[in-house]
Amino acid sequence: MSRNAYLIGRKFYIISFFLLIAVVYTLRLAYIQLWDDSYDLAAKNNALRRMVEYPFRGYIIDRNGKPIVQNEPSFDLMVTPKEIQNCDTLALCKLLEITKTEFLKRIKKAIQAPNSPIKPSTFEKQMSFTNYARISESLFKFKGFYFQKRSLRKYFKPVAAHVLGYVGEVSKEKALADPYYKEGDYIGISGIERSYEAELRGKKGIQYLVTDVHNKIIGPYRNGTWDTLAVPGNNLYASLDIDLQEYGEQLLRGKTGAIVAIEPETGEILALISSPNYDPNSLIGGKQRNQTFARLNKDSTLPLLNRALQGAYPPGSTFKLLGALIAQHDGLINRTTVFPCRGGYPPLNGKPKCHAHGVVNLPGSVAQSCNSYYAYVFKTIVDQNRFKSVYDGYNHWRDMVMSFGPGHHLGTDLPYDKPGNVPKAEYYDKIFGKGAWRPNTVVSLGIGQAELLLVPLQMANIISIIANKGYYFTPHVIKGIGTKHAIDKKFKTQHWAAVTDTNYYNMVIDGMQQCFENGTAAAEKISGIIACGKTGTAENPHGKDHSVFVGFAPRHHPKIVLACIVENAGWGGTWAAPIVSLMMERYLTGKVVRLDKEKRIMETAIKVPVKSIRKKRSA
Amino acid sequence: MRSENSYFYGIDRLTVLIYLLLVVMGWLNVYAAVYDEKHAVIFDISQKYGKQLIWILGAFILAIIILIIDAGFFTSFAYPIYALLLIANILVVFIGKEIKGSRSWFRVGDIGVQPAEFIKFAIGLALAKFLSNQVLHDAKSVKGILKSFWVQRNTWFAMLFFVVPLLAIKILQNETGLALVLTAFIIVLYREGLNVNYILFGFFIIVIFIFSLSYSPIIITLSSIGLFLFFLLFIQRNFKNLTRWVLALGFSIMLVFGSNEMYNRLLPHQRTRMDVLLGRGSVNLKKEGYNVNQAKIAIGSGGLFGKGYLQGTQTKYHFVPEQETDFIFCTVGEEWGFLGSIIVIALHFTLIIRIITLAERQRSDYSRIYGYAVASILFFHVTVNIGMALGLLPVIGIPLPFFSYGGSSIWAFTVLLFIFIKLDASRLLILR
Repeated sequence: MSRNAYLIGRKFYIISFFLLIAVVYTLRLAYIQLWDDSYDLAAKNNALRRMVEYPFRGYIIDRNGKPIVQNEPSFDLMVTPKEIQNCDTLALCKLLEITKTEFLKRIKKAIQAPNSPIKPSTFEKQMSFTNYARISESLFKFKGFYFQKRSLRKYFKPVAAHVLGYVGEVSKEKALADPYYKEGDYIGISGIERSYEAELRGKKGIQYLVTDVHNKIIGPYRNGTWDTLAVPGNNLYASLDIDLQEYGEQLLRGKTGAIVAIEPETGEILALISSPNYDPNSLIGGKQRNQTFARLNKDSTLPLLNRALQGAYPPGSTFKLLGALIAQHDGLINRTTVFPCRGGYPPLNGKPKCHAHGVVNLPGSVAQSCNSYYAYVFKTIVDQNRFKSVYDGYNHWRDMVMSFGPGHHLGTDLPYDKPGNVPKAEYYDKIFGKGAWRPNTVVSLGIGQAELLLVPLQMANIISIIANKGYYFTPHVIKGIGTKHAIDKKFKTQHWAAVTDTNYYNMVIDGMQQCFENGTAAAEKISGIIACGKTGTAENPHGKDHSVFVGFAPRHHPKIVLACIVENAGWGGTWAAPIVSLMMERYLTGKVVRLDKEKRIMETAIKVPVKSIRKKRSA
Repeated sequence: MRSENSYFYGIDRLTVLIYLLLVVMGWLNVYAAVYDEKHAVIFDISQKYGKQLIWILGAFILAIIILIIDAGFFTSFAYPIYALLLIANILVVFIGKEIKGSRSWFRVGDIGVQPAEFIKFAIGLALAKFLSNQVLHDAKSVKGILKSFWVQRNTWFAMLFFVVPLLAIKILQNETGLALVLTAFIIVLYREGLNVNYILFGFFIIVIFIFSLSYSPIIITLSSIGLFLFFLLFIQRNFKNLTRWVLALGFSIMLVFGSNEMYNRLLPHQRTRMDVLLGRGSVNLKKEGYNVNQAKIAIGSGGLFGKGYLQGTQTKYHFVPEQETDFIFCTVGEEWGFLGSIIVIALHFTLIIRIITLAERQRSDYSRIYGYAVASILFFHVTVNIGMALGLLPVIGIPLPFFSYGGSSIWAFTVLLFIFIKLDASRLLILR
């Protein structure tokens, strides 16, 4: 022992080396077990199969408790190619009513990426209940096939397609970006279905099943303690009056245009009509939807366009109401103010033109829709002494107008609304040169023409402000969600326009009442109802003028505000006014007695020149 | 205290306790790895865990027999035992059955014995016998290659004790893993005086081999030359031994290019194992990379406390191949988590270091050398087995001592360990 005593020191090197390995291994373990969680995920993917139970989408119910949208069960036939055993292909093809080539094509698709032979993929989508019943009876013979229950939308009436929107398969990008969705899931694509997707969709139920290395299902994972049940989506209580909606659609039948009806004291949208439209039932179900959608998308009349939110129109004479309010607010006119009108606006040699009417004071100018009066009003507002330049004056006018809603998104709960346009001063600088324009250069803005563009919803909102004498609630189409009935606070907040004095509003409302009594809409008087309104005729460079009418009723405690535009239908009194008047009658009395008028309107179609639509498509 | 005449007098209780803990834990993990609800009874001898229990009981009997035998038996019969097992390892090639391309099993009915597992203790005994009472000579002061070779003759001879069976197991039986285990005896030689340069040299070759597989030979060559110049100009600064250094550089560069040649001569599956470890080329996680990847997933998904006994999804549904044998550590990692894993590692290393401590307290060189042999073998098995499960070492199929399923393995380790326990217990009786 003493001879090799010097070697004893080597035991420390050996022990140190051993301990070094132990430490390295401990660190490595700490890294893969505690630090790096990708392995944990990989283990779950390996052994757990998530079976998804799709929840029922929430219903949509109208303001009177009538169902608008419900669900219908549908069944996807799923296949896991690896599990197919001794398949009697011919019998299965016969059962499914497909050819053998089609069968092989689908199996091939299910095997190829992104599908996988060991994972279930869809063999046939959205089979009807009857087909499901017929096939499921003998499906047990075909190993590897099973039904996955889904639900499809069911619309009780073929109306309100634009408001309700539709449901379709989620896009690849969305499925990647949002962990809730997997490819093949459904998602609201437009309308209420889109904006209230989070409420409607509910929560998918997930059942974790354990699989072995061959992807065979062994049983529930941890006795199902991790499993969740599907939670149905919340029901939505729409502010729509589905009967009024249907009636409006009938009135606009054959015509191109939009109607917006709002309850002014709440901002609830009662009806939102865009014509031409389509049956929402035609956009249900995979194959059928694709075909219908392609057809609608190609249609030159743009039935998919929601004109009530996206159709930007010159408001025409209806815009004079704002001029009257702003000028009063600035102390420039009062009830007795009179402006000269000699068949047109005198400073510009009678342009814009005006029709024959007597000398009118402020309410009279509204009732008779005097162009000259409002050209003066516009000029007076912009040219006030207190402004140093035309820019200050113009910007003041623009700010005042925009406080009523035009020029920006109203913030409604429906997607894709357009802001319209109230041109900026810079815009006119570009056209006429810097400093080279005067109020008279752009005076047609005062009568709602030129570059001024509003969407029908904004028109209706202006009338809400007038009916409320100064304020509005952001128009919205859903008034309650689920059992709690709570909607976003922003829809319960009063927004005030820049003009707040009730007297100014009364002056304008007087004129609007006269409009029905002896003014431009005298022919549309509704017996027993004091209605207020204003005609408009929006000049349209692409064809005949658009017929515009806005109004509310009854005058005291207004219940309904309406804005209607009928494209290329000419003067506001001929088409838009009777439509609004019939809608008012229908909503306030529950029935319509002027059947002749109703019949004439429903049965008349008004063609829109193709050129005008092309323009819209490109805009 | 029991009487001094008792067979169990003086045995190291800590060692036996760790042994028992490992064996029981191993059995529970084999049960978990093979677990099947249809055969949930742990004593079901139609299942591997039932059989493992029988192996374990057999191992206990073997342990007792070894404790009963006089320690002098092992010293006296070291060479005959070695010779017997060497012959068995050669005979097995002719008599044994071929399983998965290797001929290393004696089979009688259902029961198989792998002599390669047992030769480890025999080599330990023979080496101990040979090396006791002599020092491995260092040839530092000797001039001339042949002379220095001759001076170190007992080192070469000692190496033959494990190199011969290594070659037999590798070449004849085609059991690479079990053959490689025998290189662990180098540690014993080191303790007994082997010049450390041999070990550094071997280490150096391995490092260059791995580096030259991971990077292109040109890069390695250039960086070696760079390092070499740096060393010469800034560290060495004197050029006395220049020839020697230049030769060393030349050798390394030859090695760099030789490594690729060596690699290409490996068997395909060995090559892919290297590739998987080094992340060379494209490793397909569904094919060649499957084992290692699944092993890592199993362990990695365990977390701090593990998924709980019999709750491991990776383990239970057989995602890791060979889980009850070579990849048993995955079960520990998945079901017992980080805590369980470090306990197993700690137990193994405590055992190994305990054995070294015991070896160092022996009066006889024989017992000390044998003790080092036991520690080295256990160390190699533990390091390589856990290292491959953790993805740190290439896949070399050797069992985790006392843990892995298999009769030969558990018996061989028991014999290996208990001979040392017996030698240690008798340390006061054995003279050097």
